[in-house]
Amino acid sequence: MTVTFTVNDRQHQIDTDPSTPLLYVLRDDLALNGAKFGCGLGQCGSCTVVVDGQAVYSCLLPVAALEGRRVTTVEGLGTTANPGPLQRAFMDEQAAQCGYCIAGMMMRAHALLQQHASPSDEQIRSALEPHLCRCGTHMRILRAVRRAAQGMRSAAAPANKDGTP
Amino acid sequence: MRIGRILLALLAIVVIGTAGFVAWAWEPPVALVDTPDPSSIDHERVQRGADLAAMGNCAVCHTTEAGKPYAGGRKLPTPFGTVYATNITPDPDTGIGRWSKGAFARAMREGVGRAGEHLYPAFPYDHFTRLSDDDVDDLYAFLMTRDPVRAQPPANDVMFPLNIRMTMAGWKLLFFRKGAQPADSNHDQAWNRGRYQADGIAHCGACHTPRNALGAEKKNRYLAGGSAEGWHAPALNAESPAPVPWTAKTLLAYLRAGFEPLHGAAAGPMAPVTHGLARVPEQDVQAIARYIASFSEQASPERRHEATKLIGRLNRHARESVGSASLAGTDQTGAVLFAGACASCHAETPQRRGGGINLALSTAVNAPDARNAIRVVLDGIHPEQGRSGPMMPGFAGAFTDQQVAALLGYMRARFSTQPAWNDLPDRVRRVRAGKDQS
Repeated sequence: MTVTFTVNDRQHQIDTDPSTPLLYVLRDDLALNGAKFGCGLGQCGSCTVVVDGQAVYSCLLPVAALEGRRVTTVEGLGTTANPGPLQRAFMDEQAAQCGYCIAGMMMRAHALLQQHASPSDEQIRSALEPHLCRCGTHMRILRAVRRAAQGMRSAAAPANKDGTP
Repeated sequence: MRIGRILLALLAIVVIGTAGFVAWAWEPPVALVDTPDPSSIDHERVQRGADLAAMGNCAVCHTTEAGKPYAGGRKLPTPFGTVYATNITPDPDTGIGRWSKGAFARAMREGVGRAGEHLYPAFPYDHFTRLSDDDVDDLYAFLMTRDPVRAQPPANDVMFPLNIRMTMAGWKLLFFRKGAQPADSNHDQAWNRGRYQADGIAHCGACHTPRNALGAEKKNRYLAGGSAEGWHAPALNAESPAPVPWTAKTLLAYLRAGFEPLHGAAAGPMAPVTHGLARVPEQDVQAIARYIASFSEQASPERRHEATKLIGRLNRHARESVGSASLAGTDQTGAVLFAGACASCHAETPQRRGGGINLALSTAVNAPDARNAIRVVLDGIHPEQGRSGPMMPGFAGAFTDQQVAALLGYMRARFSTQPAWNDLPDRVRRVRAGKDQS
């Protein structure tokens, strides 16, 4: 079965068993290795990507469900040479230790920041609750999301007349 | 002249009738007292009151999501308008800090607030009226030793004429029987103890018994299935849709852990009920389980036989479908989505370690109403904050309404012998939009 959907603004036609999880297609067919396989049960969050604005577990999302839909992975947020604001904030806060959970954390945070430009600490915590981090860098991750929110807000705000931010 | 006289007579009847009703329905205020000093309250009573509050789930209604425990303010939608739960902390101004024991007992047993106002039966005083003096005193001791919180709940928004609280006196006249239930001599003491807990403080029937047009429980349909907060509350009597009839043993395990391998996980408003019951003395939950099981155990011999056969098949790792409907003609989308999204946990055996149940055992998949299955697929099941418990991810972001409908149609055909659900796509859309609150 062939399914057509968009990943990071590029359209793909995937010919595979329709029950194949999106995660396998991303990693095996499209060489997008940001999303990670953790538990395969939707319990750890490391495979999280954004589909039509919603953070979802790609390990439990059969490609058959994706016809015509828009997928964003961590690769869609920026590049190594030119990281996006969310990636920049995670680097600035040194939020990754082993890094296995970080792509999922970032994608959940990305979905949150798309919906709430100024999330409260409570909102950030409850949004990231489905994600496990065994290294224990939670406090840095929370700081990174706050920093990203701040950075993205000031980037969006019009500069003052004299050119100062 | 004659018409004038008739009108005058009618007016007199209305005036006298109204005055009579008001005189009859009027309840006096109870004098304010000084807030009792928490250190003067017997510690054992407080402990016992804590257990009763957990069994009665007081905190669930009387606390908002972000609010302090028992400070009220939670929005309770009813078919007659919106009621906001009151502050039952001992704050002297906004809570019940200046309520005497007598005022509290009257509220619990008669549904009358301290100032004499009739309370709406969203507060289940039709159950609490059965509580013993000791239990009411213990609850009072517990609540009066909570942290006082200054919080005024929003004003209720109830439709006319029910927004006039005195009309509740009429409701009580029709539907409310005050006082303890006499013991049923056809049953032993343990059963009667269970009935006292289940019908009293735990108020199981408030959700699991269907209600009439005026919002009163239908006594002749006791525990035959009702609704709660947009969820279907399944029947607990012989009509229970559970593929394996409940026993006292499985019910006890479920009520304590929020999970039972032959039935699955507590979800929706039942989840916090099990969180409360996990913390109280086991013998209290055992009494409830024994009592409720005495109704579900009335399931027909055929159903028991079917259940035994089902368990046998699942234990033999049978991979065939359980449903009677042919899958040949059904939409393949459902089967594909199930294979990709559900099968890794909901394996074929009764319960894989750490996984979900085989859906042939699921009450939601076998229920007459699709609502709970839709809600669980959309929102998942989540343990209490900071505690371990059953967990399932939600698929609201992953699947469209059509896809959820296809998935549920497939599950129903494959895992249940019950007839297909009607109008699934529309039902999914309404549940997702929060428009399926009935």
